[in-house]
Amino acid sequence: MSTLVYINSRDGIAKSATEAITYAKKLGEEVIAITTGGADDATLASLGEFGASKVLVERSVSNDDAQQLTKVIATAAASTGASTIVFSHDLIAKSVAPRLSVRLKAGLISGAIEIPQGDTVKVNVFSGKAFGAVKIASEQKIISVLPNSLQPEANGSVCTVEEFNGNAGEAKIKLIETKIPDGEIPLPEAELVVSAGRGLKGPENWGMVEGLAKTLGAATACSRPVADIGWRPHHEHVGQTGVAIRPNLYIAAGISGAIQHLAGVNGSKVIVVINTDSEAPFFKAADYGVLGDAFEVLPRLNEAIKKFKASN
Amino acid sequence: MKILVCISKSPDTTSKIAFTDGNSKFDENGVQYIVNPYDEWYALVRALELKEANGGTVSIINVGTTQDDAIIRKALAIGADDAVRIDANPTDAYYVSMQIAAYAKANSYDLVLTGKETINYNGSQVGGMISEAMDVPFLSLASKLEINGTTASLETEIVGGLQLVEVELPIVVSCAKGMAEQRIPNMRGIMAARTKPLNVVAPIEVEMLTSYESYTLPEAKSACRMIDPENMDELVELLHQEAKVI
Ligand SMILES: Cc1cc2nc3c(=O)[nH]c(=O)nc-3n(C[C@H](O)[C@H](O)[C@H](O)COP(=O)(O)OP(=O)(O)OC[C@H]3O[C@@H](n4cnc5c(N)ncnc54)[C@H](O)[C@@H]3O)c2cc1C
Ligand SMILES: Nc1ncnc2c1ncn2[C@@H]1O[C@H](COP(=O)(O)O)[C@@H](O)[C@H]1O
Repeated sequence: MSTLVYINSRDGIAKSATEAITYAKKLGEEVIAITTGGADDATLASLGEFGASKVLVERSVSNDDAQQLTKVIATAAASTGASTIVFSHDLIAKSVAPRLSVRLKAGLISGAIEIPQGDTVKVNVFSGKAFGAVKIASEQKIISVLPNSLQPEANGSVCTVEEFNGNAGEAKIKLIETKIPDGEIPLPEAELVVSAGRGLKGPENWGMVEGLAKTLGAATACSRPVADIGWRPHHEHVGQTGVAIRPNLYIAAGISGAIQHLAGVNGSKVIVVINTDSEAPFFKAADYGVLGDAFEVLPRLNEAIKKFKASN
Repeated sequence: MKILVCISKSPDTTSKIAFTDGNSKFDENGVQYIVNPYDEWYALVRALELKEANGGTVSIINVGTTQDDAIIRKALAIGADDAVRIDANPTDAYYVSMQIAAYAKANSYDLVLTGKETINYNGSQVGGMISEAMDVPFLSLASKLEINGTTASLETEIVGGLQLVEVELPIVVSCAKGMAEQRIPNMRGIMAARTKPLNVVAPIEVEMLTSYESYTLPEAKSACRMIDPENMDELVELLHQEAKVI
């Protein structure tokens, strides 16, 4: 028996991939990784440090065609006798894991936040306002692990990498163009996030937000109205109808903390709220609050962090 | 072109979240149900725009009980032509998907649209499961969808960015922000919805693969610690020493 982990390695190995391997390792069976990405063998071999005993690499599949990936992973699951298949709950898992569930008739748990306790696995439900314990009835199981739910543990050593033919079939989806803004930290992956809302009054004031984010090495985010009016790009909108994030630190300036906003950020480990209104609902969800004007507080915080970084 | 839009209900976003029966069931006391926002704002409205541009029909499908009829009527009021409700309790994504896939195959839809996820269970499972059961491509988290003859052009989210793709119909698409703008039903739509067909059909036999055993609420946050706005050095120190996040 083994646990198979799908890893997207197109842009190297993301932290979420090492989390998925660590999670799989904790299930107690041999861990084998399957990847379709472009990373070189040395990079892939490093997955052994997190507990993989072997990495299978299928190089004939180039883009994210969910049908092809499903076939490749199903083939690998059969050839490795996998009892559980683990994904990181990213955009690829969201399209591939459900397909695989149907193909293998294996129950799927999406967005696991803990390793199984007995026969159930904990997930977020109601947009992070509660937890559910889900049980899988089938013998074979699929679990996709929510990013930032556990710390990667590297206490193994490099493993072998083998070429793998997954019988992917032909691609039905024709890739025309990929648009990946360079230099930016993708929001769902970010561990630190600086976010701002309508309290900032206009797009011309976002320099303070970007400046602080740059000092911290954080991604930037915003509330929905700010994206809707066009002050900020849509992909920065967090909340129930935008991106849901779980960074270690979420700094929110000039955001009231409406329930729909909180739904996307209340999984954050630590929340700092900067607001001029002591009645702002966000303070109830915050760990640290600053009652003050974002126009003064943000630059001051930026300076304080610069000073901290210089002395540490 | 025949378009099928999958609609689920979700508790109004301001609903109080609580559980009953030894924390094994969602407490529906006083809960108002709405059409899951992604299904309504993005999937349904884009389907209607495509129909307006290219002709065809837009049908609604829901796996649910009589309790769901109100949200189905709302979707009809926004402009769908007809609706079908598969009469069953939608507790497992696999079960729901197999119902929808069987219906979509039997009635040869060109395009099946779902929302990005339901805001109560946040599974993002149903669309992908339908596509595998239909053996057609699945485009997840689409922010743009154009149809040209039998070819669809889409913009979808990928890790770190977006991709533009082309694919032949039939396909299943899960719809995210960017697809369309919310439409408010007008009086004529609401009147018309009353007489549009809503067919109730019996479910097919499908086993369930997963079940929710129990629920818990997060522990209440300890009170927020207020920091002097003049003293950001203190905040940085706390974030470093106490919270250990920087
Ligand atoms: C179905 C539905 C889904 C939704 N989904 C989302 C979602 O996904 N994400 C989302 O964000 N919203 C969402 N919303 C909207 C949400 O309800 C709020 O309207 C929105 O989050 C408010 O944005 P805001 O906090 O930026 O603006 P406001 O509510 O206008 O708040 C601005 C805040 O800034 C403070 N402020 C003003 N000046 C300053 C200053 N100089 N310094 C510091 N603070 C200042 C004010 O005190 C206030 O608290 C949704 C709404 C609905 C109905
Ligand atoms: N009971 C249901 N009936 C019809 N469509 C559904 C149902 N449940 C989910 N869906 C569709 O599947 C999408 C994703 O749901 P989920 O996989 O539960 O996050 C939703 O946005 C709906 O479009």
